[in-house]
Amino acid sequence: MSIDKETARRVAKLARIKVEDEALDALAQEFSAILGFIEQLNEVDVEGVEPMTSVTPMRLKRRADVVTDGNQAEKVLANAPDAREGFFAVPKVVE
Amino acid sequence: MSKLNELTIAEARDKLAAREITSVELTQACLSAVEGAGALNAFVHHTPDLAMEQARAADARIASGDESSMTGIPLGIKDLFCTKGVPSQAGSAILNGFLPQYESTVSQKLFDAGAVMLGKLNMDEFAMGSSNETSTYGDAVNPWKVDDRKLTPGGSSGGSASAVAADLCLAATGTDTGGSIRQPAAFVGITGLKPTYGRCSRWGIVAFASSLDQAGPMTKTVRDAAIMFGAMAGHDEKDSTSADLPVPDFEAMLTGDIRGKKIGIPKEYRMDAMPQEIEKLWSDGAEMLRDAGAEIVDISLPHTKYALPAYYVIAPAEASSNLARYDGVRFGHRAKLAEGDGITEMYEKTRAEGFGPEVQRRVMVGTYVLSAGFYDAYYNRARRVRALIKKDFDDVFAEGIDAILTPATPSAAFGLGEMADADPVQMYMNDVFTVTVNLAGLPGVAVPTGLDKSGLPLGLQLIGRPWEEGELLNTAQVLEDAAGFVSKPSKWW
Repeated sequence: MSIDKETARRVAKLARIKVEDEALDALAQEFSAILGFIEQLNEVDVEGVEPMTSVTPMRLKRRADVVTDGNQAEKVLANAPDAREGFFAVPKVVE
Repeated sequence: MSKLNELTIAEARDKLAAREITSVELTQACLSAVEGAGALNAFVHHTPDLAMEQARAADARIASGDESSMTGIPLGIKDLFCTKGVPSQAGSAILNGFLPQYESTVSQKLFDAGAVMLGKLNMDEFAMGSSNETSTYGDAVNPWKVDDRKLTPGGSSGGSASAVAADLCLAATGTDTGGSIRQPAAFVGITGLKPTYGRCSRWGIVAFASSLDQAGPMTKTVRDAAIMFGAMAGHDEKDSTSADLPVPDFEAMLTGDIRGKKIGIPKEYRMDAMPQEIEKLWSDGAEMLRDAGAEIVDISLPHTKYALPAYYVIAPAEASSNLARYDGVRFGHRAKLAEGDGITEMYEKTRAEGFGPEVQRRVMVGTYVLSAGFYDAYYNRARRVRALIKKDFDDVFAEGIDAILTPATPSAAFGLGEMADADPVQMYMNDVFTVTVNLAGLPGVAVPTGLDKSGLPLGLQLIGRPWEEGELLNTAQVLEDAAGFVSKPSKWW
């Protein structure tokens, strides 16, 4: 399947990665090459095969739904590019 | 006597126990080797003070007699592992300045066993690459050289491979999502083990593709892999996919006896245009195992051909989800914003500046295959094919096959920069023999068994049954002993 420039633009937007307009054609070409490679999967008969969810046949462990950790606001914020008064700060989200 | 940094873990352990050497001496020898090896660009964050402190503590522990096999052993840690207070960037600019406030379970277990950390090791950005050329730190370099060309140590654990092969440390941690331990191990002539999915905790390891990622040891010998792996493995309640199974004494399982074991040779791994030397390496390896009393059996894994395309749907899909957290809010890089930029511009600019081209490409491919209208056609189909790939292995194991022998890589190490103009898919072919193992969640080990005609190391891969790493390592050691691979790169750095 060939990916056009508009699709490349849309995917970049969905992935929240800024791609300059002049780079979109090359990007679309790379996607096309990768997706062309992936298309081989269409040759496989997957009728009646369940998609794999877990590679090892194990049940995930359960635990009580209780707080196990906490009161570490300072550590949680320690790496934030912009932390103020115990919060992560971001540009204005609502007008 | 050889230099201390050239010792194996087993040799160092015995000398430490016999009080012939101290961990401080051993650590100092490694630190000076690291200092003199800038040209390899293997260590990217150095922690000499921490190393000396850990070495002194190890010596005290040995003096008091409660040491383990890893006590006092100097290691390099792949940059993908979060290490408390020490930069951990996953080889990415988007994690510039990130200082974890916690320790990954695997590195904590190694420290609890008394191991010493020399520093953090170079790697492909977010473990996405097969040549260590996507790293924000620049290329790691293979200590092996045949002419003036600089060669790749493979990837993504390229720094780990380079550091162990060049004797900068006794061993290193690696991680393997599609071949990232085994391919670099083969490119530098060392042992690399990818354990069964769920054997080592993934907690605190920067996630790439969570259903495929596993940590494992990269060591100078199979015995060392058994020793170090024992200290890394085990259940962790912080990783719900880590298996609650006992961890056996893997080293004690190295009996050297593989009589009667059935070793499968999968016909689908005989690729068109496979170099003659790889073909010969493979048949020689089978011969060695036969001589040791194993039975060599031709087997078929019919869906092998579809492993790489399935991987290049599943891994990017999981990556696009895992890497959504790098948005400039909680940690790492945030782009400088222009007047009037809102939060969407912040995300988009931050991710464009912080992620390199290969990571961007995979995140976007993953986004595409998960997007409305394509989810079934790509993602669900790939997961169905994955189930068939696993069934191929289940079937041969049910027929009594104990392990499977394949080449580790389709070629020896290639030159840095040589693949720059290649299609991304060409680079992906490096993982053609290793990626099936991740998709099926199995243990696999790469062992160096020969040199190519130009003198570069080549390795074979053994694939084992789930949770039977001990038996797998035993077979690997038989191969190692029979091959007698002792070559070392000559020092040019």
